[in-house]
Amino acid sequence: MEIKILGPGCPNCQDLERRVKQALQELNVQAEVVKVTDYAEIGKYIMTTPGVVINEKLKHEGKPLPRMEKIKEWIQEENK
Amino acid sequence: MFKWFADYVTYQLLHLPQGNHLADSLNFFLYDVPKIYFLLAVVVFLVAIIRTYLPPERIRRILSHEKEFIGNITAAALGIFTPFCTCSAIPLFIGMLESGVPLGVTMSFLVSSPTINEVALVMLWGLFGWRVAVIYILSGMFIAISSGFIIGRLKMERYVEEFVFKVKAQQEGFEEKLTWKDRLSYAAEYVREIFSQVWLYVLLGVGLGAFIHGYVPVEFVTRYAGNGNPFAVIIAVLIGVPLYSNAASTIPVVQALFSKGLALGTTLAFMMAVTALSLPEFIILRKVLKPRLLLTYFGTVAAGIIIIGYLFNLIL
Repeated sequence: MEIKILGPGCPNCQDLERRVKQALQELNVQAEVVKVTDYAEIGKYIMTTPGVVINEKLKHEGKPLPRMEKIKEWIQEENK
Repeated sequence: MFKWFADYVTYQLLHLPQGNHLADSLNFFLYDVPKIYFLLAVVVFLVAIIRTYLPPERIRRILSHEKEFIGNITAAALGIFTPFCTCSAIPLFIGMLESGVPLGVTMSFLVSSPTINEVALVMLWGLFGWRVAVIYILSGMFIAISSGFIIGRLKMERYVEEFVFKVKAQQEGFEEKLTWKDRLSYAAEYVREIFSQVWLYVLLGVGLGAFIHGYVPVEFVTRYAGNGNPFAVIIAVLIGVPLYSNAASTIPVVQALFSKGLALGTTLAFMMAVTALSLPEFIILRKVLKPRLLLTYFGTVAAGIIIIGYLFNLIL
């Protein structure tokens, strides 16, 4: 599984990355977490940061950040 | 209600004498903090509900049908409800240019969005009253519209980094059908997030403001930054720019200085410089704008802020 965190590195994006990594750890799932900071690349997926893309599927865009339960749901969906 | 609470704690519970510095500061603090938290919850909730009707995809669609000028006004107005910080608004900026929104119109949005945001409004409303909050919104819109319009007239499209026009959105952003339940839970979540980010800054800002209220003498401010000093506005802007947009802690301090004789125009100019222009913003915008356009952007916005500052010092 590949998880992309879209954001230029503002505090929100860092917080989101932390949450995703924590969710993976708690679920004991292996995934490659990629930080996408280039606006040319971010612009392909979303209009407002931060964003989450799992296996090339857009899961989240903008603020407020997704809750832990939500992130776990996505991971489990994609992990089947 | 908030006044009653503050008076009760200061004078009844703690038996502090009226007119004493400590009592003044404490009373001020106890009055402002609960009031601001309350306003923050209500205003952020309402703005978040409105925002559920304005996802970025829709903003882009609305603005792509607009001509210049009317487009600048619409962009500045939409910017009020979308308090993106600059870093989160850049993908939308790219998306707008890519779908043919004129550069000047996108600039109006880029100025208005961070300048007029709900946290700044709550702080202004709570501490200065609704009139100043309205003046702030109108001045912010004026600056956004005029600087966007000027940049549009200057035809600076070639000073946008080339890659911006080449980005093609692969996926349609979400525009799901939202139920009322979704909108309410979105708004509640938003309130929770804003609170977790600003509660401490409100406390620190109001605390420092309260200290100034109680202990700093009036002559101190009027001597250095009162109406008599013709450079006060420019100095205020120069100090404001490097401070990064933290309305929650800046505004209480500014309000305290205002109550000690700082002129309203100077006060407004300082707050706008803090929210609209900042060094981190400069660095982020450099990724999509070439130096010439970036400097023009900062220059026109700073000029607008300075004009607003002098204007209000003159008429009030």
